[in-house]
Amino acid sequence: MSNDSSLLSLILFTPLVGALVLLFVPKRQEDAIRWIANVFVFIGFLVSLPLWFRYDSANPEFQFVERLPWIPSIGAEYFLGVDGFSVLLILLTTLMGVIAVLSSWTAITMRVKEYYIFLLTLQTGMLGAFVSLDFLLFFLFWEVMLVPMYFLIGIWGSDNRLYSAIKFFLFTLVGSVVMLLGILAVYFYNYSVTGVYTFDVTQFHQLDIPFDMQWWIFLAFFLGFAVKVPMFPFHTWLPDAHTDAPTAGSVILAAVLLKMGTYGFIRFSLPILPEATIAFVPLVAGLSIIGIVYGALVAMAQRDWKRLVAYSSVSHMGMVMLGMFALTPVGITGSIVQQLNHGISTGALFLIVGIVYERRHTRLISEYGGLSKIMPVYAAVFLIMTMSSIGLPTLNGFIGEILILQGVFVVQKTWAFFAASGIVLGAAYMLWLYQRTMFGTVTNPKNENLPDLSMREFVTFAPLLLLAVWIGLYPKPFLDRLETSVDKVMMRVDSDYTPRFAAVMDVDAPAGAAGSPAAIAANGAARAGGLDETPAEAVAVTRVVAVNDDPGGPGMIEMPVRGGGRRIAAGN
Amino acid sequence: MESIWLIPLLPGIGAAINGLVGIRFFGKRLAGVLASFMMGWALWLSFWAFVELLGTEERFHQVTVASWIPPIPLDTVDGVGSFTVDWSFTLDPLSAMMALIVTGIGFLIHIYSIGYIEHEPRGGVARFFCYLNLFCFFMLTLVLGSNFLVMFVGWEGVGLCSYLLIGYWYHKQSASDAGKKAFIVNRIGDWGFVLGVFLVFFTFGTLDFRAVAEAASQMPVETAAVGFGVISAICLLLFIGATGKSAQIPLYVWLPDAMEGPTPVSALIHAATMVTAGVYMVCRNAVLFTHAPMVMEIVAVIGVLTALVAATIGLVQTDIKRVLAYSTVSQLGYMFLATGVGAFGAAAFHLMTHAFFKALLFLGSGAVIHGMNEEQDMRRMGGLRQYMPITALTMAIGAVAIAGIPPLSGFFSKDEILFRTFLHHGVFVPDRVLWGLGVVTAMLTAFYMFRLINMTFFGAYRGPAWGHGAEEPGHDDAGHGDDHGAGHGHAWHGPHEASRWMTIPLVVLAVGAFFAGFVGVPIAFEAVWPWTATIEHFLHPSFVAQGAHAVEEAHHMSLLGEFGLMGLSVLVALGGIWFAYRNYVERPEAAERLAESLAGPHRVLTNKYYVDELYDATVVRGTMGSAGGLWTVDQRVVDGAVNGTGWTTIAASWVSHILDKYVVDGLVNLTAWICGEASYVFRRAQTGLIQNYAFVTLLGVFAFVTWFLVAR
Repeated sequence: MSNDSSLLSLILFTPLVGALVLLFVPKRQEDAIRWIANVFVFIGFLVSLPLWFRYDSANPEFQFVERLPWIPSIGAEYFLGVDGFSVLLILLTTLMGVIAVLSSWTAITMRVKEYYIFLLTLQTGMLGAFVSLDFLLFFLFWEVMLVPMYFLIGIWGSDNRLYSAIKFFLFTLVGSVVMLLGILAVYFYNYSVTGVYTFDVTQFHQLDIPFDMQWWIFLAFFLGFAVKVPMFPFHTWLPDAHTDAPTAGSVILAAVLLKMGTYGFIRFSLPILPEATIAFVPLVAGLSIIGIVYGALVAMAQRDWKRLVAYSSVSHMGMVMLGMFALTPVGITGSIVQQLNHGISTGALFLIVGIVYERRHTRLISEYGGLSKIMPVYAAVFLIMTMSSIGLPTLNGFIGEILILQGVFVVQKTWAFFAASGIVLGAAYMLWLYQRTMFGTVTNPKNENLPDLSMREFVTFAPLLLLAVWIGLYPKPFLDRLETSVDKVMMRVDSDYTPRFAAVMDVDAPAGAAGSPAAIAANGAARAGGLDETPAEAVAVTRVVAVNDDPGGPGMIEMPVRGGGRRIAAGN
Repeated sequence: MESIWLIPLLPGIGAAINGLVGIRFFGKRLAGVLASFMMGWALWLSFWAFVELLGTEERFHQVTVASWIPPIPLDTVDGVGSFTVDWSFTLDPLSAMMALIVTGIGFLIHIYSIGYIEHEPRGGVARFFCYLNLFCFFMLTLVLGSNFLVMFVGWEGVGLCSYLLIGYWYHKQSASDAGKKAFIVNRIGDWGFVLGVFLVFFTFGTLDFRAVAEAASQMPVETAAVGFGVISAICLLLFIGATGKSAQIPLYVWLPDAMEGPTPVSALIHAATMVTAGVYMVCRNAVLFTHAPMVMEIVAVIGVLTALVAATIGLVQTDIKRVLAYSTVSQLGYMFLATGVGAFGAAAFHLMTHAFFKALLFLGSGAVIHGMNEEQDMRRMGGLRQYMPITALTMAIGAVAIAGIPPLSGFFSKDEILFRTFLHHGVFVPDRVLWGLGVVTAMLTAFYMFRLINMTFFGAYRGPAWGHGAEEPGHDDAGHGDDHGAGHGHAWHGPHEASRWMTIPLVVLAVGAFFAGFVGVPIAFEAVWPWTATIEHFLHPSFVAQGAHAVEEAHHMSLLGEFGLMGLSVLVALGGIWFAYRNYVERPEAAERLAESLAGPHRVLTNKYYVDELYDATVVRGTMGSAGGLWTVDQRVVDGAVNGTGWTTIAASWVSHILDKYVVDGLVNLTAWICGEASYVFRRAQTGLIQNYAFVTLLGVFAFVTWFLVAR
């Protein structure tokens, strides 16, 4: 583990170091700037690869943990760690970073230096949100990434860029301010129970917040995350931001930034506020289904290629949210897989728009037509990504959709009934788009001499194509990495749930003393009461955790804190 | 049998090679030969797998290649189950037969395509064979897959290939429209199918066909008395999927349009294999369906109505391929009728014979179109038998087969379906009604098919004249050089027989269409032909749950009655043929007069009952309208609220600004002003003259001293 002890910091700060290096490169050296940015973001990807190989998918604990004091006076820490969710999202982020930076090579000719600095800073901001296990640190990164994105849209965007940039910024900011209130509520509640000021998320995961309070906190979190996802009706910033952002910005926005919202739900809302989550399921599921159908229908009405893809994002993210709030292991697993899939296929679709936008400087669908003839390789890539987006089996989208819908179906058949109509509408708008742009004869003389994909452009697609097929045919490595993390969330939201890793854990070990995994397992088992324990024992263990029954009482409170199961005396 | 997974994989590899390398580098011949070779190899493997299967007692073999979706806990009706899917393939009688059909017919059509597609540009040929191979990969996956999701891989995959191949000439608007329509209509069916699959898992906790069949066989049959239960719901949802894929009412509309694709595609995908996937799927789940007799009834009714409706439309079509397309829809209706009355063996049997004669007819029509310089309208054909004798003869065999004249294959399979329908006792529909409709359809079938033959090959030539008339027509133009250019251009030398690449598959298929029926001779012929109902006995294990060794029901009536029914259907078919002969060969003007005297119905039929228009006006326009409407809502209302908030904020800030400037700041200024005014008084004292200050100081000192003294 010694080598791993600073792996996350390395992943986190490599892009930032790149940005700092770029500061010292003269503005005129544009090619040097491009090379440096590409090299750093590629190193960033390389250093993240050990996460894939060294992440122990049998271990339910957070891994690669780093913990240093940050602001001791308020208990904030520099606390990093990953589980299955974040491992996959981090890898997605570093990979999409490489693709975004590489795809900008010829697209950006103005203020090159600033552009790459912002892009690299953004990368660190996003990675930071995925690796943070300290809520305040998460919030810091959450806010930090707004700034470079704001400038990317506002400076290098198209037509209506200032409006879009400001809209994006304010929308997200409003959500996050409310979210901060929620964070503080959890923070002070935790203090009232334990007497310790901390933003430790793993600690928050053990809390049993009273339902009324959970309800309000959930609402606060919901605003912050739902804007980011975006869920209907908070989605209108997305088409504007996507449409006006430069290609790389759209790619990052779709592939990674939107995942912040869903990641927020799965990391914070569900495990910290399980009862409120259950109470909010009908609302969230309803909004998600509306999002699926509404996003698809509105996408069909678009005349702007990029805006169409943006609205398809609304539809797909509705699917992701629905799967998560099915609160079944299959649904949640599918939800995470679908987040990756959405990153891959929608990211690729934005790249695809970017390719012709760079050549023709228009996004109007009617400007194109018959491109198959002129750009056959491009057409083939677009076809595969279209199929991935509409969930053709053997490609990635299918795995996500089928898991989500199956996971939803067993909970509420009518939800699956309506959500599945998204697969019909999805096929309709995507195939229509494909027909209008790729098929037919070339009617616009400006399109007659468009060059096909260059080698560099093809390289940006290659990893996405590979991943699409890999996840489609053999998703097991991805699903395996999600197993324990999904189970941990499930144990929080479903008291009857028996985790898959329970079989290998010693459930009789005293809670707390054996460290958090056993504590969590025992906790889940106790809540389940379904293992071999007698009910009395189960109740006893539950009492240990349900500290809020007697918040003011003296004595020792068993605190299963990760990192070695410390005992903390209340009131000290 | 261990390597059955190779059967789909081989054409898959072919597709990959042609797609990745072939489009850029391969010559036309190489691309075609490679694809055909892969199909030939797959055929070889299928054949040996079939032989091996015959040698086993159990007639069932399952191979699991890898785990696809690892187990994840999920609730089912019976508590927590485990959602897991393997890449596994099953060889049993049904899938073995289907694999043979797909690889066999597929191989022939690949060979035929080498000749058919040679006028296309080089990369286009490789692209064509890439798609064709890819199609076979997915179709074989569909057929051999041993659970619902692996079948669904093939199910959707063949839809994709169908989309790509219908739109092969993507520069034509009609072709790309048809491809899109096919995909989307199929997706509507798939919506039902996936919901059915979800319900299967929820009910049985598994998606494996065999396990599902076993579990279902333990459950009660959901008769009208028991009520519409979960199995009925599953079957109905699955059947929605089947209506999409197999072009049944109400989702049949895509298939006639699919004729935009190259003819070998129509033969392979839209006649012999893909469109039968729905029938195959129902047969595959025979145990489920037999537990849902009410849904079976729906299947039978939909089937027979589709058969009838499509046949009536086929009566008046003039495009040679569209006639065949409606004929396909109609024959698929027969197959569903068979499954609906519980005659799964008969359905599969008809599926098999239909694959032969319909592939033959389509390939024959392709040869005609090819020889007629891309002409598809039968009104501009006629008398072609002298120019293309092989095509004429083989197509005639196909037509006789589909019309149901003994001893050709169509007679046996269709008669078996009608016979079983005759014996069937329905739940809601009165007995014999389905049978009656089936017989009527049989007559229509014979009529429209011989109308096609007569209009194409008999009578006088009505087509365009051809230049360079020096050349003798009817030569065997074996080698179209590239100098012909695409579609022959003006160098067309008149109608001519197709090249050997194309005629040899025709002959092979004609032999198949002639003799394939002998594997299913009715039991009534037991006295003269000892091998009766071979195919039904062979397939039977696929239609019953394992372990439930249900005895095959004997379907007997008196020999006299059985022969009577046969005689009736032969008579009906002959009647149709005679009517076609009278109207299109003997007195060609009779047909036109008939059409004029029945102008109203004729118009309805030529416009296909206006179903496309109806769908366009309701579903398509409804969807597009709501899309446009919602977009307006999105801009005006949802985003309007956002922008409204923005404007409200700005307005509020402006109000605050005013307030701030005049009220809040006003107060501050007021204070300042008061101070200023007040200071005016004191300012007077500030004279700047030192003597004044000295005087005031003096006064102060004086006052202080005075006070000090007095106060003390």
